[in-house]
Amino acid sequence: MTTFDPYAPSRDTTEGTVFSVTGGDWDSLIQEIGSTKEERVVVNMGPQHPSTHGVLRLVLELEGETVTEVRCGIGYLHTGIEKNMEFRNWTQGTTFVTRMDYLSPLFNETAYCLAVEKLLGITEDVPERASVIRVMMMELNRISSHMVALGTGALELGAITPMFFAFREREIVLDIFEMISGLRMNMAYIRPGGVQQDLPEGVIPKIRDAVKTMRKNFKDNTTLLVGNSIWLKRTQGIGYLDLAGATTLGITGPVLRSTGLPWDLRKVQPYCGYENYNFDVITADTCDVYGRFLIRMNELEQSLRIIEQALDKLEKLEGAPVMVADKKIAWPAQLALGSDGLGNSLNHIREIMGTSMESLIHHFKLVTEGFQVPAGQAYVAIESPRGELGASVVSDGGTRPYRVHFREPSFNNLQATSAMSEGGMIADIIGAVASIDPVMGGVDR
Amino acid sequence: MTDSGMFGARGTGDTSGYSGLVRTPASTGSSERPYGSYFDQVADDLERAYPEFSQAIERIVVDCGELTLHVKREKLVAVALILRDSLKFEMCMGVNGVHYPDRTNREFSAVYPLLSLTHNRRVRLEVIVADADAHIPTLVEVWAGNNWHERETFDMFGIIFDGHPGLTRILMPDDWQGHPQRKDYALGGIAVEYKGATIPAPDERRSYK
Repeated sequence: MTTFDPYAPSRDTTEGTVFSVTGGDWDSLIQEIGSTKEERVVVNMGPQHPSTHGVLRLVLELEGETVTEVRCGIGYLHTGIEKNMEFRNWTQGTTFVTRMDYLSPLFNETAYCLAVEKLLGITEDVPERASVIRVMMMELNRISSHMVALGTGALELGAITPMFFAFREREIVLDIFEMISGLRMNMAYIRPGGVQQDLPEGVIPKIRDAVKTMRKNFKDNTTLLVGNSIWLKRTQGIGYLDLAGATTLGITGPVLRSTGLPWDLRKVQPYCGYENYNFDVITADTCDVYGRFLIRMNELEQSLRIIEQALDKLEKLEGAPVMVADKKIAWPAQLALGSDGLGNSLNHIREIMGTSMESLIHHFKLVTEGFQVPAGQAYVAIESPRGELGASVVSDGGTRPYRVHFREPSFNNLQATSAMSEGGMIADIIGAVASIDPVMGGVDR
Repeated sequence: MTDSGMFGARGTGDTSGYSGLVRTPASTGSSERPYGSYFDQVADDLERAYPEFSQAIERIVVDCGELTLHVKREKLVAVALILRDSLKFEMCMGVNGVHYPDRTNREFSAVYPLLSLTHNRRVRLEVIVADADAHIPTLVEVWAGNNWHERETFDMFGIIFDGHPGLTRILMPDDWQGHPQRKDYALGGIAVEYKGATIPAPDERRSYK
């Protein structure tokens, strides 16, 4: 070490010289590294690098600018959600799962609730209106999630404007979520047996307007990126993964569809009545970052189509129930959405506190203790924005889950980082990781 | 004893429920043919393609519209290869563990959900091992994507996947003691140190167990 650099102090170890880079003057660092005879450089990227999608750590072995090995370090966001759920009742579970993959909370809730309903044997009893609301909410959520994927993905490759457009659209969706559930994220809106409560007054026209606005607005990002020569150079042929690689690695979602296989669980294994909607499965055959980007772009329009059909159905189902009729499962705590947000329904309070002792007992038992779910295990998979989201739920017949495990598409798909990046340039890792669209809350749970 | 109603929690500290209910353990028997749906076809195909079927498959359970094949761990890799190559279960959706401390010498279940893209079918493999001998052969050679899932199951349960290329912890820190998803691992058992504040020991806090 020749001079002391406050931004990149170095120390010698048995493995070679280690530099701790904290930003600032890179010239002196490059000079020092250049003066060593070492060809191979190991770079520790993260765990707080701005383009690593949350707290992801990548250990890169480089020869010059070529990546020879990539290893992922995960677990920084591990919160023990699966363990915690074993200590809460079945309904409270939705509040936990919604916080796993925080960009697609409604998908987590739906997968979990479908699995619980399967164990309860009430899959057929869930009211149609509840299923349609679930579908509509999930498709809105798919748009907001894809918007983050596109916006941050573009930002990481140096395009700043798409980020603003993407977050503008996401904001429209989050406003609708807030109007319906009282919360923008982590709603715990979908509950075993149906949804937490019916849609508020005036939300359907609002969503119709939003669909129109978004259909127009999506063109802004399309014109910016599709065919843009800089964007093409950064994404075409980058992060290559073909069908054989994708199947052996268990990759699903847009990454699998970018290999040309039209595999979408909404079509092939429909749930929540997806077989009653008209939409196309979008594929690409380029196996690269650009193909995945195009798939997400085009899936937005398909989601809008599904939302429109769901709105038509909802208008016909006005006033229909949104929760199973079985009072031993349906949460008795009726809520009302007022101008100041979500709160207790005064009518319900009046009934349990003033008129019916039995209602009060029933409310108390179901809310504190919860309902029982017959013993058994169920695996339900749905198509989340990132691929197959599977909920493995085991019950021992009690009021709390015995074991819940989420097969998170982000967790699984992140394994493809090495296959996509090794042998390529260091700058292309960013594009490859962005095209997987990993959400670390889902990866680490 | 019989069920005495819909309600009843057992051993909870924070609810004051009736608690007089006995939960029925899951059945340990095998399902009878016909299994329904495509399940008979899968069982027949596997029996034809795999001569040691009767020794390898301990029981076949059909529940909640899902097919579960209980496989002896010695035969797991062989069965997995047949399922992948002959029955076209191209994808394995990972593995997750379940800990049943009351099942003496059969404490751990490892559950593998498989997916066939060709036939659009699903099947679940289940391998049961004892806590004292928690070893299962790895399936990374069969489905490379099982790599991280097996690491997670090792991390959370301590099940050792023999032959795994790098079986290290994945979600918990490398020097962590214990396996959090085991039933004997308490929730919130780790003291957290904040500057100038103290946190009561887990046994002095409100109990969730």
